[in-house]
Amino acid sequence: MKMRVLALFALMGIATTGFAAAPGKAQQIAEGEKLYKYWCSGCHGPGIGQNGAPYLPGETALRAKYKGAVPGLLHERTDLTPEFVKLFVRQGITIMPFFRKTEIDDQQLDAIAAYLTRNSKTK
Amino acid sequence: MATLPAGVSAADFNAAITKFKAAVGEKHVFTSDEDVALYRDAYSPMWGTPQELLASAAVAPDTVEQVQAIVRAANEHKIPLYPISTGKNVGYGGSAPNLHGSVVLDLKRMNRILEVDDRRGFALVEPGVAYFDLYRHIQEKKLKVWIDCPDPGWGSLIGNSLDHGVGYTFGAFRDHFGSHCGMEVVLPNGEIMRTGMGALPGAKSWQDYKYGFGPYVDGLFGQGNFGIVTKMGFWLMPEPEAYQSGYVSVPKRHDIIALVDHVNYLEHIGLIGQPNYSSPLGRAQRNEPDLRALVGKAGGPSDEELDRFGAAKGIPSWEVELQFYGPAKTVAANWEYARERIGASIPGSTFRDGHSYRFPMTDEQKAAVEHKVAVGIPAMSIFSIGARSELNPSPTDGHLWFAPIIPKTGEAILESQRAFAKVYQEFGLNVGGIFQTPATWIYRAFVMIVGMPVSRSNKEINAKSMAAFKRVVEVAAEHGWAEYRSPPAFADLVADSYSYNDHALRRFNEQLKDAVDPNGIIAAGRGGIWPRHLRGGRKA
Repeated sequence: MKMRVLALFALMGIATTGFAAAPGKAQQIAEGEKLYKYWCSGCHGPGIGQNGAPYLPGETALRAKYKGAVPGLLHERTDLTPEFVKLFVRQGITIMPFFRKTEIDDQQLDAIAAYLTRNSKTK
Repeated sequence: MATLPAGVSAADFNAAITKFKAAVGEKHVFTSDEDVALYRDAYSPMWGTPQELLASAAVAPDTVEQVQAIVRAANEHKIPLYPISTGKNVGYGGSAPNLHGSVVLDLKRMNRILEVDDRRGFALVEPGVAYFDLYRHIQEKKLKVWIDCPDPGWGSLIGNSLDHGVGYTFGAFRDHFGSHCGMEVVLPNGEIMRTGMGALPGAKSWQDYKYGFGPYVDGLFGQGNFGIVTKMGFWLMPEPEAYQSGYVSVPKRHDIIALVDHVNYLEHIGLIGQPNYSSPLGRAQRNEPDLRALVGKAGGPSDEELDRFGAAKGIPSWEVELQFYGPAKTVAANWEYARERIGASIPGSTFRDGHSYRFPMTDEQKAAVEHKVAVGIPAMSIFSIGARSELNPSPTDGHLWFAPIIPKTGEAILESQRAFAKVYQEFGLNVGGIFQTPATWIYRAFVMIVGMPVSRSNKEINAKSMAAFKRVVEVAAEHGWAEYRSPPAFADLVADSYSYNDHALRRFNEQLKDAVDPNGIIAAGRGGIWPRHLRGGRKA
């Protein structure tokens, strides 16, 4: 059964690392992943940066800030909490501006936070 | 407690909010401190001071009928509205109003792509549509057109073009306002107007012919405050077969004069897209302490001293990347022609091939493109400039764009470098300088743009940037240069420099404003145009 669920998640393009979550939670994580890709991955996703820089600006910034103590890509982190994610989305940090509720509403922000904390050890 | 607009009673404000809620639903009217704070300008140089320009509330309609209802209620209660599209105009004001206490009219929810035609080459969109959205739509439908993107792809096509935003492909498309065709506007009295052929009921060519019949009024809605644009058409570039870039380097400081003339010829005759100028000698400062010492000496180095240094080290003064689009055969021939033309004219010029692409691209090929916007792919990678990095471990909290227009000549580059560098040096700002090259987004002019730092925690940085900004606007005007776009804090100052014949242009705009928007409810202060009852508060 577990394998079937995993296969279904793979078909749906859902990160299987969150498979242990309850169905409602899994749906929220999947929605969060979609929203994260839409709103955040332009800076925080994998890829090359301006004029061939090795990383996009978000990853560049977090690599410079944490110097390898945590991954530079947010979706690979295991130390994030929902409150931490929401704080930065609503308050911004350095040149990253904050997001309005017409862009990311509170429910959507909960989903993004659920996605980014799906592997967190402390929730 | 909301920051009430000046001169508006709490009773009127509350009555208007009630009507806004009736129009769009309670969920889409934002009045709590927490929600309204999200409309602050994240890059405001006045952050946390009594001068910061704040919204009193925000209302987010989903339809043009809702926009009309909001405008009518605002007129009834004399509530100033400040329309934004996606609110991402950071460095030029973001989502905050020019007039403190305005209600932000947030059009992000109006995000429909109404039509894309890849045979006639246009799109018709609503204000909430971002470049990313239109790009995805075009890719999903496998349409054979490109969009011309500004640097950050999260912005609105309509918002960007209405602030005279710019992009990266051919000149005709880089001017985002110039490449629009047809608007729908909610006027300050709540009526809907369509411009150009759109004024013809049942028009078949709204997005094909701009002018319709009679005066062309679309310009009033760019950097203006005469209405709220709810639909806009844009011309799209056909997907080319190939792209090739090539780099040209020239050795001496004054070679920039002939180089710009050649590149202008290539561009204006239609052989190249956007040329990208840079200075290898300027870049060499990082590894050349002797060059840094030369640049830093009292009074600065002469052009001859720089030429001698460059010649001794084999480092060219200037480089330009030429970008060719079209059939593979003509792209190669045009690059060959450019090499022959410039090589025969500028002694010591050198050439090297740049990137080469064929279209359509696979996702893997797209991911490998270093300057995505050059091939019509929206991106966010521009934020690499300014973001924290190994070389920039203590980033600022944003910047103010100072964006002066200068003529498209090498002489103007050399003159403006030194004129502006003097001001930046005086204020201790590490921007601009004698190696600065122009931004070339605008087809027929250069922009000597710099970003002056802002901070949310250090008011001294902001004070210094604001003082430098004010001074450099004055210096620009003394030379016959002025900004094409401005953060709200400086809109009056910039508008004031356009003062020919005792501000005839501003007085004309004000006459129009009084006639079209007598209650002054739309974007007061935008473009330096204030309604009659607020002109006494002008900041310049």
